[in-house]
Amino acid sequence: MTRKLYLSLLYIFLYLPILVVVCFSFNNASHSLLWHGFTWHWYGELFNDSDLAIVASHSLMIATLAASTATLIGTLAAVSLASYQFRLKKSLNQLLFSLIIIPDLVLGISLLLIFRLLEIPSGFWTLLIAHVTFCIPFAAVTIIGRMNLINKNLIEAARDLGALDFTIFYRIIVPLLWPAIVASWLLSFTLSLDDVVISYFVSGPNFEILPLAIFSMVKLGVKPEVNALCSIMLLVTLVIVIFAQRALSKKQ
Amino acid sequence: MNQNKLFKYASISVVSVWLGLFALVPIVLVFICSFLNHNDQSFFIWDFTFKNYTQLFNGIYLKILLRSLELAVSCTLLCLLIGYPAAFMLARLRSRYKPLLMLLLMIPFWTSSLIRSYAILALLKTKGLLNLFLLSLGIIHQPLEILYTNSAVLIGCVYNLLPFMVLPLYANIEKLDNNLLDAAQDLGAGRFKTFKDVIIPLTIPGIMAGTLLVFLPSITLFYIPTILGGAKSLLLGNLIENQFMMMQNWPGGSATSMALTALMIPLIWMYQHFATKGQQQVLL
Repeated sequence: MTRKLYLSLLYIFLYLPILVVVCFSFNNASHSLLWHGFTWHWYGELFNDSDLAIVASHSLMIATLAASTATLIGTLAAVSLASYQFRLKKSLNQLLFSLIIIPDLVLGISLLLIFRLLEIPSGFWTLLIAHVTFCIPFAAVTIIGRMNLINKNLIEAARDLGALDFTIFYRIIVPLLWPAIVASWLLSFTLSLDDVVISYFVSGPNFEILPLAIFSMVKLGVKPEVNALCSIMLLVTLVIVIFAQRALSKKQ
Repeated sequence: MNQNKLFKYASISVVSVWLGLFALVPIVLVFICSFLNHNDQSFFIWDFTFKNYTQLFNGIYLKILLRSLELAVSCTLLCLLIGYPAAFMLARLRSRYKPLLMLLLMIPFWTSSLIRSYAILALLKTKGLLNLFLLSLGIIHQPLEILYTNSAVLIGCVYNLLPFMVLPLYANIEKLDNNLLDAAQDLGAGRFKTFKDVIIPLTIPGIMAGTLLVFLPSITLFYIPTILGGAKSLLLGNLIENQFMMMQNWPGGSATSMALTALMIPLIWMYQHFATKGQQQVLL
């Protein structure tokens, strides 16, 4: 009984604020807390805002490209760490582990520093490189988890039968890892779509993305359009995470 | 070169070059930059100094540092206090809703904490739902002014980071060997003694992992104080942001971030020390 009560309170705490935002995005009043009836008005306003549409397309483009690149590099990292011996293996492993726990802020300013030194102007490329970099460790960890479940005999058998490493990679390892690859792509996509801290440091005025646009709106306080925009973002993340978890929990 | 080695070397090089160029080198650069001087004309000048570190220990900087530590410690403790029983109950739960409950815990892990901080803002504002609720129940007679105070920042941090505490704890507690708990009770240990002498020591890796995942973000999520805190709630994360983006003092900002990174070294050391004591990694 206490257990049910405690867990219910926990989930109410976690989901009540989100629920409030979603409900008020449908409220037919701009500042009232009371329910004035259901409306799509605020969503309509969002879709008519052409600036916001451009910003959203930027975010989707960055997230798609970053997730694909990070998943590719993350897969290569997982496969290299699991099946090869090489001199810097331990250091590479530690670097991946540190990147997961290092504060975003530190990675953000580090990237800002190197982009300025290399004189790469802030914009599309800096954002893409930054997003790929912070997604790689998460992609790699997701795939390493699956890699450990692969039956090593399959790989040995292929090698004995004369398959080259690349053939083994794309004919055996990739198909076996496929659910994890899909999951890590989806998770990288949401990480990229939601990132504020790192993007804040490496984005430029010519290429704005959604989380930063939301950040500048949120600083000005609670507004119905922001409620609607945040609800859409939450819905997108929710759907993606559910699909990713499904892919991950599939049995081999 | 043997054609078969090509794939091996190609994949290792792609991974190492990317992470080296865009993660390792930049972080080393920040470290070097933290010892440099700066002036109004350029972000940094090549002149070795410790001043960026020593200035962290005086006046306003020290105050910010202490306030950030206080917030991070309170946030971590609160998350642990709320999260430990929750993780324990979830791990022992036998219910067909369990996968759903776990999914509901995973979702905040991946959703934008900016949006979740905004949700707290909507809930806490003076004319917000919380006040309306408490007023209508008659618990309070005047709206609480929580928003734009340090309490709001603390609530925002706990709200955002609680799942990061519960998940590693859950992973750890779920793997607990029931035989050990039964053995403790058979040998006459009470519930409290079993908890203190058996369960807690066995879940230290989970506690450490959760602490690590909560403590650092609570200092560095600079937008939580920006959204929920007042002008007085400037924290270390905001300081670094200001030093880089407003004051254009890169060496200063670098030193502050290095100090921040240094804070996590003892935590990581403790984590590795405890986690390698016959336990698997539970972080993620």
